[in-house]
Formats: sequence, structure tokens, C-alpha cells
Amino acid sequence: MTGFLALEDGTVFRGQSVAAEGFAVGEAVFTTAMTGYQEIVTDPSFSDQLVCFTAPMVGNYGVADGRSESATVHARAVVMREARGPAWTDWLHERGIVALTGVDTRSLVLKLRDAGAMRAVAVTGSSSADQAVTVARAQAPMAGRPLATTVSTPVPYIYSDVGRARIAVVDYGCKRSILRRLAGAGAAVTVFPHDVASDELLRYDGVLLSNGPGDPEPLVDAIAVVRELLGRVPILGICLGHQLLGLAAGHATYKLPFGHRGANHPVVDRATSRVLVTAQNHGFAVAPSEAREATHVSLYDGTVEGLAFPSERAHSVQFHPEAGPGPHDAWPLIDRWVEGVAYAEAA
Amino acid sequence: MPRRHDLRSIALIGSGPIVIGQACEFDYAGCQALKVLREDGYRTIVVNSNPATIMTDPGFADRTYLEPLDVEGVADVLARERPDALLPTMGGQTALNLARELAQAGVLADLGVELIGAPLDVIARAEDRELFRDAVQSVGLRVPSSRIVTGIDQLAGLHTPAVVRPAFTLGGHGGGFVEGSEQLRRQVEIGLAESPIHQVLVEESVRGWDEFELEVVRDRNDNVVIVCSIENIDPMGVHTGDSVTVAPQMTLSDYAYQELRDAAAAVVRAVGVECGGSNIQFARNRDTGELRVIEMNPRVSRSSALASKATGYPIAKVAAKLAVGYTLDEIPNDLTGTTPASFEPTLDYVVVKFPRFAFEKFPGADRTLGTQMKSVGEAMGIGRTFLEAFRKAHRSRELDTG
Repeated sequence: MTGFLALEDGTVFRGQSVAAEGFAVGEAVFTTAMTGYQEIVTDPSFSDQLVCFTAPMVGNYGVADGRSESATVHARAVVMREARGPAWTDWLHERGIVALTGVDTRSLVLKLRDAGAMRAVAVTGSSSADQAVTVARAQAPMAGRPLATTVSTPVPYIYSDVGRARIAVVDYGCKRSILRRLAGAGAAVTVFPHDVASDELLRYDGVLLSNGPGDPEPLVDAIAVVRELLGRVPILGICLGHQLLGLAAGHATYKLPFGHRGANHPVVDRATSRVLVTAQNHGFAVAPSEAREATHVSLYDGTVEGLAFPSERAHSVQFHPEAGPGPHDAWPLIDRWVEGVAYAEAA
Repeated sequence: MPRRHDLRSIALIGSGPIVIGQACEFDYAGCQALKVLREDGYRTIVVNSNPATIMTDPGFADRTYLEPLDVEGVADVLARERPDALLPTMGGQTALNLARELAQAGVLADLGVELIGAPLDVIARAEDRELFRDAVQSVGLRVPSSRIVTGIDQLAGLHTPAVVRPAFTLGGHGGGFVEGSEQLRRQVEIGLAESPIHQVLVEESVRGWDEFELEVVRDRNDNVVIVCSIENIDPMGVHTGDSVTVAPQMTLSDYAYQELRDAAAAVVRAVGVECGGSNIQFARNRDTGELRVIEMNPRVSRSSALASKATGYPIAKVAAKLAVGYTLDEIPNDLTGTTPASFEPTLDYVVVKFPRFAFEKFPGADRTLGTQMKSVGEAMGIGRTFLEAFRKAHRSRELDTG
């Protein structure tokens, strides 16, 4: 069956459908990661997005249970140059995901890079392209959408109950890799919904603000909670958590034109001049800043990739130290944080 | 860190004659290096015995010497030109071996010439099997279990199937896969004769395992970047030069690939390549996930030439800049013009390399592919899909009539 992707500017990219029938509405974005397709589509940060892979072939090594970053597929649709099945395409089909293969992803990516991420619709079958474009334009833009509230856990749960430090994770759309790395670093991990009160969190040795989808700015309650936590408990922010910490500390966030999504983003650690090759997945960012607390900077566009407030015992990174998928260069960041929290508790 | 100002002139050793196992890729690497060193204001001297190379064309270096690539010849040039440094990583194994010999003969110390790109201890750790094994094991990785043999009387207790690898030879010359004690004995005899230091390695066979290569660059700030992954369609047991290879790797999950990436960075650090490019080969068992580090070249290699062409990342150029003190974040990325060289290329296409054989020219030759390279050339295909790239490479060998 044929299918197509219609962008809000009226451009249509045609391909073949390889998974579920129907249509999917969302923001068209691209990722340059060459491996980790299963991790990517199950990452809650891809909520309400149609993910285009720049990788030439997707699906070669099948699927496996342990690789998913959450219980469900969060990407609304998957757009590929060449999908390889049947394991991968069957897996998408069973989960009701619209997936297109044979799409000229290079042109699509160049378009998104020039014009920015766009509202779009992925459609299977022979619907009208004009109608699809109208539907694409009818959806709300990503800026201003508090999506984290839609993917957070409804109730608190314990991920691992023994450890040298008791860590509370605020789930704005948390990836399993973060929980796995925390537990691996020796933390006892409890996960809380996005609207948890600060009193609850202050009972822990450290608070991790997770990654998540959407715009950080409308999450005013979450930002207020982070402000209440500042200086009272050690904080580590990752991705959306980094943006929330930035907003709580008075920095501004803005929507990047086409985002940072991939596994090859160079980030310089200002203190050491060392370059980390990082996994990234964000459409919003903390605005460039010369302030001392901006510890990490993107070598691509100067956006703030890390913040540190030593006197408040809070720091954050925009990239994904937990990888999943991506390089492990920044793994030690989580280990060192847990170690520091445990050390402070013991002292 | 800016470039080094304590160096004024730099000599570069070419790779000598074009033979099976090393070809014009080193000429390309040398030209790139000479170009950037000159741009940076260094006086350049090139020594190569092969006048059919581009690097020896007038205008590529300040001084060009067509001299035999042996200790005597190059020592003579160094004595006359008195360069501050010698860059041996662009001329393949020939140049690296020669640099080692020059250092060991005391020539470099006498003339006050510094080895840049790959210091003597790094060359030793990468080339000497025992030192390499120790370095690899020090970071928790494994090489195939093995024993060094320096005489035909030391074969007792060795098991086959095994691989015989002579030390310091080009393209695995004199080595091979052996089955049975008689074959082992014969191959060791050949290998000992071929090796300039009369040393061969008899190692655990990983024949049939998947073979991967990673191209790595590292700077003096310890920034490590993986330029490209290459997957061999022909498994371990067939020389990479004779394998059909694919870049980027297409069959490993993210976790398995990141394991390779971590291992490559760890090996580069353990061997101690401080500034330059390296190529690291791995064998991986698809069923068990077991990993063995097969070898590492602390220099521009045949695979770096492929990786350069495949990704557009100018490895030789970057390696030359790293050798004179730049760090990766200071070198502009030629592809984008706005970002630094400290990034890992990501591809939206597939690259396939196909070997070109010419057995018709060697009627007596054994056509069985093994650990010794037998192809005489290669063709590369680039396509948006694997099939497209594979077919382009296959056709480009120009073997079919009409």
C-alpha cells in the first residue's frame, strides 16, 4: 500500500506503508542516529512527533524486549528511506504505528533543516493530499504544548529499593535507561508523577528531573517545584529536566528551528575543554549564555548544554548521559552524581 | 591548544613502491598532510622512492627527495635537511617500520629529530604482539589467545586451527590460516623467513566471526572521535583487503555498536596514540557477543582512506594537524565549514567496497582467500540503499565485458 507524508507548507513526500493503516498527526522531525531505532521510537520525548530517520536502512537487526525505553511507542509515525522487516515492521504494525518506507528522506531532512520542524500528517492509502495538509495545519504547534503531563506515570512507583543513595526521579517522560543507569550506579530509585509536591521530594537524598517531550515553558507548576527544591536537595536535570532547572534559575528557553536529535552531537565541557560526543533529543533549548553556570556548550550552535549551580548543589545537562541509544562518553556523569549524593549523605 | 611553534620543519616519509597491500591511498594521505603542514607555515621535506607519486610532484613540498626508503637513505636526507620532526604515519607500514628503525639506530636522537604522530613506544605497543596484548588486557579487553614463536622448535602444545601472523610484514605477507600440525609447521617456517625480526604469532582462530573496523582519531586533550565503522561481509579469516566491506556497519544493535565504540576508544588510549588517526579491527561472535581485538594501526591505513572517502571526513589532514598540536575542536570541519572536527560523521547513505582480483595474471597462484591479501585493487560504490551501493561497487570492478 502506498502512503505519504504531508507537511504544513504543502509539500508531500510519497512512500509505501509497511505497518499500520491510518493516519498520524504530529510534528515532523529527523534524527541522525544510525543505530537504536527501537529505543528512539519508544522514547517518550518523541511524543506527538513523526520521526524521520536519516539512516539509510532501519530494522536490520530486528527488535528485542530489553531495548525499549518505555512500555509503548511514543512516536506517532516512522518515516524511512528503507525499512527492513519483517521483525521491525511487524513490531510497529502490532503497535498500530504508521510507518513509511521508500521516502526521499534526504530531501525531507534538507527541507526540515532549512524551514524548521513542521506540523505534518503521515497517511496510508490514497487520501487526498490537500485534505492532509489542512489537517496538518489544524494541529496546535509544538511550542506552548505541555506534553510532559501526558506521558508521566500516574502514580509513584519504586524502581529499585536498595542502594547507597535514595533518589527521587520526577517522571516527565523518563527513559528506562536513566533508571537503569541510576540503579547501576548504586541508587535506590523511586519514580514520581510530574505533579509531585516538593515536600515529597525533599525526603530523598537527591532528585533527578527526567527528560520529556514538548515545551518546558508552560510547565509552570513543575518550574515552581524545582524552584522550591533549589538549594534544599541535590538536583540533576536531564534534557527537559535541564530546561526546567534553567527556567527555575532565571534562564530563558526557546524552540530550536529543527532541534538536536542524534547520537553524534559534540559538546564542550568549558572547565576542561574536553569534547563529549553525546546523544541528544530536544526541540527546545536553554538560550546561549556566557554566564559561569553554563558549563557545557553545543559546538554546533552554542546552546547551553549544561548548567551548574554548585552552591545550590544543582546541575543539569541537555544531552543524554544515559545514552540509549548513543555513545557512552557521558555515562560517568550519572555515576559521579550518585556517588556525590551518597557521599554527602554519609558525611 | 594552538599549533606547536617549537617546530619549524617537518619531514614526511612516503610509502615507496605501489605493491599489493598498499597503494595510492598513502600518496593521497601524504599529499593532504604536506598541504596542511605548509598552510600552517612549516617547511616540509618529503622522502619517497617512488617518483610516480603525486606527493613527489614539484610544489607539494619545500624539498623533495627520491631516495631509497631505507635507514641509510633517509638518515642521509635527515642529516642534510635537519628537520625538527619526522611524521611517519602517512606512508603506511613502510614508513612506520622505517621510523622505528631510524629511532632504534639512534639516527633520530643524534640529529635531534622528534617523531610526531606516533612516538616510538606507541609504534612498539601497536606492532609488538606481546606489548599489544598487555595494553589491550589492561583495559579489560581480549586479544585472541596466542603464543609468539621465534623458532621452528617451539611448536609443541600449539593447537590448530590457528592463524600464523609474521611480525612487521605488509598485507599479512607470509601468514595464513592452518589446520593440522604439518600445515602449521610449514606456515611458521615461511612466516619466520618473511618477518624482518624473525618472529611469528600463532593465535587462536576466530575464523567465521564477524569482522568490524573502527576509524578513530584522538587529540592531546584526550578527545576521541569515531570517524567511521566498517563491517566486513566476509568474516574473520579473509583479509580485510580481500573482503567486501560496508560502511557504516549495518547489523549491530545500538548497544553492541556502542560496546565496540567504547572498546576502540579504550584501546587507542591504552596503546597511547596521543594525536592522530588509528584503525582498530575487532572480531565479534554473533551468537555470544564475545569480542576480540585483532589489531590496531597507529597510522593512516587502507581503511582510513576508505573511511575518508566514505564519510568526507579528511582523516589524513586532521591527523597531520593533530600531530602538530591542534586539538579536534580547533580544526574546522571541511564538510560544514561552521563546525569543528570533533564530531562523528553520520551517513544517510551506504558505502560498499569490493575487492578487485587479477588471478589471471598469476596462473600459478592459490586462489583461496585467507589472511594474506590477494586482491590488486578495489572499487567503491555509494548508494542510498545497500543494494544500490553493492551493485555499483560490483560493476565498477570492470570485470564484465560489454
